[in-house]
Amino acid sequence: MERAVNYGGDDLNLEATELRLGLPGSDGLEKQSSPGVRTNKRASPDVAEDSRSKSNNSIVSDAGNGGRDTAPPPKAQVVGWPPIRSFRRNSFQAKKSDEADGAGMYVKVSMDGAPYLRKVDLKLYKSYPELLKALEHMFKFTIGEYSEREGYDGSEYVPTYEDKEGDWMLVGDVPWDMFISSCKKLRIMKGSETSSLGCL
Amino acid sequence: MDPKRKKDCHDSGESTRVASTFPDEVLERVLALVKSHKDRSSVSLVCKDWYDAERWSRTHVFIGNCYSVSPEIVVRRFPNVRSVTLKGKPRFSDFNLVPPNWGADIRCWLVVFAAKYRCLEELRLKRMTVSDESLEFLALSFPNFKALSLHSCDGFSTDGLAAIATHCKNLTELNIQENDIYDKSGCWLSCFPENFTSLEVLNFAYLNNDVNFEALERLVSRCKSLNVLKVNKNITLEQLQRLLICAPKLTELGTGSFLPELTDRQYSELKRSFSICSNLNVLSGLSEATALYLPALYPACTNLTFLNLSDAALQSEEFAKLLVHCPRLRRLWVLDTVEDKGLEAVGSNCPLLEELRVFPSDPYEEGIVHGVTESGFIAVSYGCRRLHYVLYFCRQMTNAAVETIVQNCPDFTHFRLCIMTPCQPDYRTNEPMDKAFCAVVKTCTKLRRLAVSGLLTDMTFEYIGKYAKNLETLSVAFAGSSDWGMQCVLGGCRKLRKLEIRDCPFGNAALLSGFEKYESMRSLWMSDCKVTMNGCRFLAKEMPRLNVEVMKEDGSDDSQADKVYVYRSVAGPRRDAPPFVLTL
Repeated sequence: MERAVNYGGDDLNLEATELRLGLPGSDGLEKQSSPGVRTNKRASPDVAEDSRSKSNNSIVSDAGNGGRDTAPPPKAQVVGWPPIRSFRRNSFQAKKSDEADGAGMYVKVSMDGAPYLRKVDLKLYKSYPELLKALEHMFKFTIGEYSEREGYDGSEYVPTYEDKEGDWMLVGDVPWDMFISSCKKLRIMKGSETSSLGCL
Repeated sequence: MDPKRKKDCHDSGESTRVASTFPDEVLERVLALVKSHKDRSSVSLVCKDWYDAERWSRTHVFIGNCYSVSPEIVVRRFPNVRSVTLKGKPRFSDFNLVPPNWGADIRCWLVVFAAKYRCLEELRLKRMTVSDESLEFLALSFPNFKALSLHSCDGFSTDGLAAIATHCKNLTELNIQENDIYDKSGCWLSCFPENFTSLEVLNFAYLNNDVNFEALERLVSRCKSLNVLKVNKNITLEQLQRLLICAPKLTELGTGSFLPELTDRQYSELKRSFSICSNLNVLSGLSEATALYLPALYPACTNLTFLNLSDAALQSEEFAKLLVHCPRLRRLWVLDTVEDKGLEAVGSNCPLLEELRVFPSDPYEEGIVHGVTESGFIAVSYGCRRLHYVLYFCRQMTNAAVETIVQNCPDFTHFRLCIMTPCQPDYRTNEPMDKAFCAVVKTCTKLRRLAVSGLLTDMTFEYIGKYAKNLETLSVAFAGSSDWGMQCVLGGCRKLRKLEIRDCPFGNAALLSGFEKYESMRSLWMSDCKVTMNGCRFLAKEMPRLNVEVMKEDGSDDSQADKVYVYRSVAGPRRDAPPFVLTL
């Protein structure tokens, strides 16, 4: 560091280590700052309390005075409320529109012979085996092995789905991602009905 | 100790100065180890010698309010500073309560620093206005410049970043966090020279334009010390996987978009890349993440201490599955899409949790609203006893819930509860939320920061004044019954430094009850309260060392002081105030 070792010259610098009240750098006694008379009464210089005109920013007129008895204020949009940063607000709007386009998330699953339908979230699964296992679990049945030639061989249940065009398709023919974006409904067909598919 | 007595104790053979028992070199060596700026302030107040030793040895200066002091005063007092942290606008500017062009421009600081701090290495700015010209000036004026961090700043574009990338040959940190930036293009990243290798921290998560991926990949490969990388949403999973291979030593990672578009083979490669990143402590990004690819992350989560999911709208199930793999979590930021069920999983899986922030995914209730309730918060409090920092946005709360929570977690230092409908009472009892915050301040003796919400009477503020003896920051909105509330706070909270109030029935009596106190505080903000211009003028007259600034709104009554900002300053009134800021 470029500076001299001695600040106050070579003489004894008692002042430098003196402990005093007051900020270093100020000499002599600090004048006691008197901030003025403090009164207990309401020190409003105005004669009357200004009645605040209701700005369109605020939706609160009287929070405490009988506030308990009045209904909560209407859900108007207040500037800067809730207190979240603008970058967070913007990203939510975008997210919202993205989610709205996501077809094929929760789809109904019907099983022939079952008294009521179920719903599954297709986005929870990464592949056909995962989905089929979940369906097996949900409805307590087994599905046979899938093969391109034979379909689901070895069981009386066959998973099918309704696609965007309204056709009933066999589950497993198209790539998974394509499937989840086009699947609108699932139906687990049973026994006699499936034999008609087997004729293809 | 009596200085005379000190003299007598010394060896008579000593001829040189005996005023100090420590030689200055020793004192400076010792002081160099004192890092906290609060401690350094205390040191400087001991005596003149210590004041001098401290000022010569200070290398980092923190200025919490850029208008409290002038750049000339700073450089005169601290000649050897290498690192500066500056904060500008009042915090409520984050929520659009401060009009644009308010001030806090970094330019005048840079001009003075360029003359006196040639060796400046670090600049960290929050809520300042920074122009492209300023960034270029910075890049050209300081040959040793290493670290630039811009948080919630405005006024610049990606051109300014290009200047930094081009000229700062020794840059180690570029942290562009949540700014209001004019995002022209992603070319700035390509401005880093091909022989530039010093980067350790790169955060451009909140920039929107595409950067040249090949340039980024080359940059990441050649910067061998890179340990923090946060990319923006345009970086795909496949590209992320390539970056991870170049930088397996990362400790902090912000991913790009996690949108499904991988083949099975690509997915397993991604999973393998994450498993190599065993040093990750911090993970963020994950925008558009769904259950589909989250499992790829699991191998990287073992050592995670901070997980920031505030950009990822996860549902409770996939969130719970992820948490199982994060046992060491200390800090968690999440969206309320995870709902109470997700928070129950937090309580079950994260015993070391210290900080939780739950952000609202649908703050304006544009869709079907779920979010989190008091049950989620209670569940976390049972499972995470070390919790001391919370920011919680919810739509319903009860006094009983908060009482339980603070009983479980009495060590809160930061308690920020936002019940999103203003003036909402306890939804079960229909009472005000007074009891809740009374419990908080009574139980949490270490409380330093508090934000209140819901229907509140003066009782809350009486309790705050009576019990919150360590409170430094208080944020109040739509609360209180009369001036008495604010008077209690100003009278009782000895350590109060920042008080920000909006839409409360506090008027001149409240404002003026604190005028001795404001000099020991950093600042006071009051907007849409009952304060008048005359009240502010009175305050300004009585306290010349305070800057009392009023911003008027169009169309409001002449006598009303719509927005009041009061702060202590040794630099006198602002010389750069725009027309809408009246300095009284």
